[in-house]
Amino acid sequence: MSARSSEAIKSASKSSPRSERPSRAIDRRDFLKAGGALIVGFSSAGMMADKLFAQGPPFMRMPGPDPRQLDTWLAVHSDNTATVYIGYVELGQGSTTSLLQVSAEELDFDLSQVSTVRVDTSISPNQGGTYSSSAIARGSPAIRQAAAEARQVLLKMASQRLGAPVEQLTVAKGVVSVIGASGKSVTYGELIGDKRFDVEITGKAPLKPVAEYTLVGSRPPRNDIPAKVRGTFTYLQHVRLPGMLHGRIVRPRGQGAYGAGAKVKSLDETSIAHIPAARVLRKGDFVGVVAPREWDAVRAARDLKIEWDMPATLPGSDDVYAAMRAEQTVDRVVLQRGDVATAFSAANAAHTASGTYHGPYQAHACFGPNGALADVRADSALLICSSQDVYTTRGTVARLLGMKPEQVRAEYYEGSGTYGHSCYDDSAQAAAILSQLAGKPVRLQFMRWDEHGWDPYGAAHVGEVRIAADANGKLVAYQYDGWQHNWAAVESSEQLALGTPAAEWRLGMAQQVNPSQCGGMYDIPNIKLINHQVDGLKYLKAAWLRSPLDLAFSFASEQTLDELARMLRMDAYAFRRMNIANERWRGVLDAVAEASKWVPRPPASRVSDAKIVQGHGIALGTHLTSYGGAVAEVEVNKETGAVAVKHLYGAIDAGLAVNPAFIENQISGQLVQAASRMLLEEVTFNKTNVTSLDWNSYPILRFEECPKVTPICVQRLDQRSTGAGEEVMAATAGAIACAFFDATGVRMTEFPLTPKRVLAALRKS
Amino acid sequence: MASKLKLRVNGVTREVDSAPDTPLLYVLTDEMHLQGPRFGCGLSQCGSCSVLLDGAEIRSCVTPVSAVNGKSVTTLEGLPQWYAEQKTLAKAPELHPIQQAVIDEQAVQCGYCYNGLIVKAAELLSKNTRPSDRQIREAMNGHLCRCGTYPRMMRAIRRASEMMRDAHSGAETTAADETELAANATGDSAEVAR
Ligand code: FES
Ligand code: FES
Repeated sequence: MSARSSEAIKSASKSSPRSERPSRAIDRRDFLKAGGALIVGFSSAGMMADKLFAQGPPFMRMPGPDPRQLDTWLAVHSDNTATVYIGYVELGQGSTTSLLQVSAEELDFDLSQVSTVRVDTSISPNQGGTYSSSAIARGSPAIRQAAAEARQVLLKMASQRLGAPVEQLTVAKGVVSVIGASGKSVTYGELIGDKRFDVEITGKAPLKPVAEYTLVGSRPPRNDIPAKVRGTFTYLQHVRLPGMLHGRIVRPRGQGAYGAGAKVKSLDETSIAHIPAARVLRKGDFVGVVAPREWDAVRAARDLKIEWDMPATLPGSDDVYAAMRAEQTVDRVVLQRGDVATAFSAANAAHTASGTYHGPYQAHACFGPNGALADVRADSALLICSSQDVYTTRGTVARLLGMKPEQVRAEYYEGSGTYGHSCYDDSAQAAAILSQLAGKPVRLQFMRWDEHGWDPYGAAHVGEVRIAADANGKLVAYQYDGWQHNWAAVESSEQLALGTPAAEWRLGMAQQVNPSQCGGMYDIPNIKLINHQVDGLKYLKAAWLRSPLDLAFSFASEQTLDELARMLRMDAYAFRRMNIANERWRGVLDAVAEASKWVPRPPASRVSDAKIVQGHGIALGTHLTSYGGAVAEVEVNKETGAVAVKHLYGAIDAGLAVNPAFIENQISGQLVQAASRMLLEEVTFNKTNVTSLDWNSYPILRFEECPKVTPICVQRLDQRSTGAGEEVMAATAGAIACAFFDATGVRMTEFPLTPKRVLAALRKS
Repeated sequence: MASKLKLRVNGVTREVDSAPDTPLLYVLTDEMHLQGPRFGCGLSQCGSCSVLLDGAEIRSCVTPVSAVNGKSVTTLEGLPQWYAEQKTLAKAPELHPIQQAVIDEQAVQCGYCYNGLIVKAAELLSKNTRPSDRQIREAMNGHLCRCGTYPRMMRAIRRASEMMRDAHSGAETTAADETELAANATGDSAEVAR
């Protein structure tokens, strides 16, 4: 089990103040002086960026980081500490701390001896974007391997230095000593201190057996929290460049149909004559304002008189599902197993349940609107952004500026939580365009209505589901037909500035009916999943939003299963359990049932005439690889239609949990955010544009509505680590819907479960 | 454009260079380079920009700097000092108890909202050292957290309340306190090995 089990996360030290010291970037510069060939890093506050840049960006003279070179991944310093270069960005999930736990574990360093630097295309390895909860799942094997390789090299050096064979050496806290020969020791720092390893990664260095782990699986605190709590942490929104202007975009309040974009009909620059320091900048239909003072930029964007041409072609949020169902779609069978048609019609399908379910467009709604800084020069550009994937962002910005990717340096700064592809690319492009037009560095900040109104939303979905069971409750057939459109491939800034036609991503997982989420957790012999792809150019632009589409799939699928349990007069938990073959799915289901002290009963078997009624629901969920389960306890006021989620229990089995505490925090956040999405969240739009533009028109869950939460991390020491940032979202969606039914005996076929929608459903029944 | 306005920010008197109608937020971030208060909505809807004005929480994004001329503003960065003044401590602690409690509870996810959450909680605890669960929810309800860290923030407030009582009233934690804490518990977590 040893070789399979690693995970990684990086964490710098915990309680030590290292994380707040601008140390590592500085060390890197020292490293350069010491003759290393690595590249100069920016100072941690970003304030140095302009100065370095003015001297000519050093990265352009350096080859990009080569992933085969050990030096790309880590450097060991004279003071017996190490810097680990990580290609994944911190999104407030603790993955940095976890990946450092993995590196320190493999190197036999103490956690306080390792740290990292922010992701930067000129320094960090390109590990791909930080999505699909990938930081640990995909990031840790590479980082773990690099650390193991480094350890081997260091042991060989120590063997020579100490005159003892490698087999007789032991390491603790980066000090190599000879077993049985006290006093004979040397530190990693003394062996290599700030010099290059100059070796290629062989992929053959032995990995530490899981049984010997001391750091991985433990719960050190996150290294970023003290600074965040003190007010000394530098978020993207705090970064300033010398000589910069403040920029704001000017767009219609709320996007229209993706394919139509927006055209400037008229623009009156004299309308901001009362703000003499502000300038209007325009490229095609991309309009922005810049000013030395931020308030001037805000006022200029607000006061600029501009008329837009936007066609009234959207269906409107009230009619979006009917419009999608009426579309000519591109259909594809995602999965076909057994013979569904026969299984549904044959005599062994004793019970069949079916339904049509609807999930709205929902917004990432980052708490701090996105922004970016750009300093575009004649032949190079600096970009400071909070992209989940700085390499891809660099590429698209380069194209937009007419440069080669190597001419653009993209540096990552953490913004507020993004939960997928929010406006970070759009704002990075907008900053670059403004800086190019202004001829100066520009700090662009989206306003609240920009973020809410121009978000690439999680797509709306219609699901038709049909499931059959035999007389004993064994599932025999499952069919899911899903309607939605794909993700936007061209950002609004580019679309407006260059007139690049809107385009969607092609077929791809996570924007289509998801086999893991639609029936995949249950043992079903006959299954058919069909994707009906709608033309997204007629709708709002979409992108991945935490556990893309899975909440809607779960809402449909788990409720239909629940319906079968009701028909069979079986308990919802027992019914699911008997239809699970995989012990890891059973594990999370059992975990939440036990934690919630689940009392068995058929769904809706205790419905009463009382004004306030209670119910419980249970469901499974996933995104791609990990296993999630949830139980919801809800209370419904049948007079007001108000649904209160009282307590949520969520379990995730993500294989080996590098830091179970971080997974618990992730679960807790997912439970609350999923409750918010099920009860409150929907993007509203009329025929022309989006109308939910702030926290009043797009409400999210608040303190007073917040349920109690019980997160459960299922630790699997013998399993490969997988993501833990998404899987409880879908399980929670299904559990809340089933709990509502248990309380009322009424099926909700559309979320969010707003009082208005609930009252309508209760009256109809 | 100097407006000749003066502010006392975290105990230091500062002259303001911005125009009088400039929201206080931009003065604090752009002129004084503070990193506690931060832009979230500019609409008084989220609490991201919260600061204490003479001890009361206000939204700096909609408060013109002229409206606070001559007054005393405390930001997240100044909470330890403010706490020391309130409690007449000889020396400011490293952190305000609520800041320490947030670390102890590992409450934060992205942490962007935590300026507002901490400032608001500090205000609450200054008026009510033993807030009930209900009172916490009521007081905090105007502050949003998109990451969904409300349950842990509630635990942190209860923990800070305990810490403040232990430190300043000389009272030991009574059995009743423990019961109340247990009854209020927002949730327990569990690690299960399978
Ligand atoms: S930024 Fe001031 S309340 Fe949101
Ligand atoms: S911790 Fe991210 S918004 Fe609250």
